[in-house]
Amino acid sequence: MELLIQGAYFLAAVLFIVGLKQMSSPVTARRGIVWAGVGMLVATLVTFLFPGLHNYVLMLVAMGVSSAIAWVWARKVAMTDMPQMIAIYNGMGGGSAATIAAVELVGVTVGGENLPFTVQALAVLGALIGTVAFSGSVIAFAKLQGLIRRSVRFGGQQVFNILVLVAALATGVAVVYGYDGAGLLAAFFALAFLFGIFMTLPIGGADMPVVISLYNALTGLAVGFEGFVLGNPAMMIAGTVVGASGSLLTQLMAKAMNRPLSNVLFSHFGTGVEGAQMETTGEMKPIDAQDAAIMMAYADKVIIVPGYGMAVAQAQHKVWELAKLLLDRGVDVKFAIHPVAGRMPGHMNVLLAEAGVPYDLIFDMDEINAEFPNTDVALVIGANDVVNPAAREDPNSPIYGMPILDVDKARNVIVIKRGRGAGFSGVENRLFFADNTRMLFGDGQKMAAELVNHIKELGG
Amino acid sequence: MEGGLVIEGFVALYIFMLAAFTGYEVISKVPVILHTPLMSGSNFVHGIVVVGAMVALGHAEGWVEQTLGFIAVFLGAGNAVGGYAVTERMLEMFKSSRGGK
Repeated sequence: MELLIQGAYFLAAVLFIVGLKQMSSPVTARRGIVWAGVGMLVATLVTFLFPGLHNYVLMLVAMGVSSAIAWVWARKVAMTDMPQMIAIYNGMGGGSAATIAAVELVGVTVGGENLPFTVQALAVLGALIGTVAFSGSVIAFAKLQGLIRRSVRFGGQQVFNILVLVAALATGVAVVYGYDGAGLLAAFFALAFLFGIFMTLPIGGADMPVVISLYNALTGLAVGFEGFVLGNPAMMIAGTVVGASGSLLTQLMAKAMNRPLSNVLFSHFGTGVEGAQMETTGEMKPIDAQDAAIMMAYADKVIIVPGYGMAVAQAQHKVWELAKLLLDRGVDVKFAIHPVAGRMPGHMNVLLAEAGVPYDLIFDMDEINAEFPNTDVALVIGANDVVNPAAREDPNSPIYGMPILDVDKARNVIVIKRGRGAGFSGVENRLFFADNTRMLFGDGQKMAAELVNHIKELGG
Repeated sequence: MEGGLVIEGFVALYIFMLAAFTGYEVISKVPVILHTPLMSGSNFVHGIVVVGAMVALGHAEGWVEQTLGFIAVFLGAGNAVGGYAVTERMLEMFKSSRGGK
């Protein structure tokens, strides 16, 4: 029995690592998740055979109810809401790791069991990290879901957060050194829980992907630590691997957004900037759908720049239909995707793939930026900050230095936009006021449909 | 812990070190388009925590430990199942787009 269990855990660990490796290439990615899934299934089934277990009914009820809810929810949710789903499921993992530690520590403080010092220290550390990942992820979920709309900020917030963390650490150390009492243990978990909340509340929506990725890494680490506590090699290896790869992924994402991780966590978007921003001059010049359609139909080259707004309006299918019509007329059509278009790096690629846009029409920022100067029409739909020339020109702008798509260099720019407001970051976009820009105001999907109709009317 | 391997001291440290390097190496060449699916995939992998939660609940004595263990299994299973469903849905689209090409 022992051999079977340990053998299954070994197999699971191998499958997780191979699966993650396959998931880092588009060709094998789908096989990767299936392999990792098999590993998970094997490890879970074999755990039922663990010697000396009881409470099987509770176990099955918890697993059944939770699995059913999680499965249905994950299947039903719209693709645009994926980031917050990752956040909430990650939070559950962190919470689970923290609660495992709670079970072990309750056994020590209340039940009078004995754990070696290092094991107890690891349990407390895992509990701290897991709890922070849990409450932090829940806040991240609430923010992306629109349940919390404001970023709560107040003076001395960082000092306050550090004090909460120090208090959590201090109670944690006290727990490790066995100053007993259930109250102390409860205080430790409460402080860690609060720290996760306070740390996440001031972070703006644009930075959330990086934060979710960070919590993902933290959960991995917490799972790894609890694996050491339980002497469970599958948890040790899977948790540590995720902790490491998640940390790297967090850095890659922060780099793609040109936001050092320390900035994301400690200096809030748009507040650290001194000095007046450059004045925006001119005014927005509207255009109607028919003129816009004619402009594109008789162009040689059109680049479509989709942003998160397109995804929200569910316009990707209409946009692809529009692109197909233009391609039929012999127009050279390409899609340009900014690394952080959508809510997460790669999110927009997923959404366009869903609509059926082939890979060879989709280009990265670095591949396509040189092509804008000889492009007749750049069609911006639902993108804002990632095409804002202020990032290139205005050192006082909060987004200065962020790499952008050089849409403003195209001969003509058409921007489909719902209203006149500023972008996700709250920064005014000078592209909208430029001489070569025309604004097509309206809902993304409706406007794309109108463009399609007008181009059809033009005939061959 | 009953039924677990005894892994302590430097052996544990070596496992930690090697697993960390493995995690780092495994994804060091990932293209930007896979950042989101890969994050989701690694989110699924740490759902293995459900295994530990099962053991913790299985050994729980008294209502406090049982309640906590129940919560742990509930959260862990949600992590594993939800993580899998989300990742698979995302990666499914990559397949269909290649097929249409």
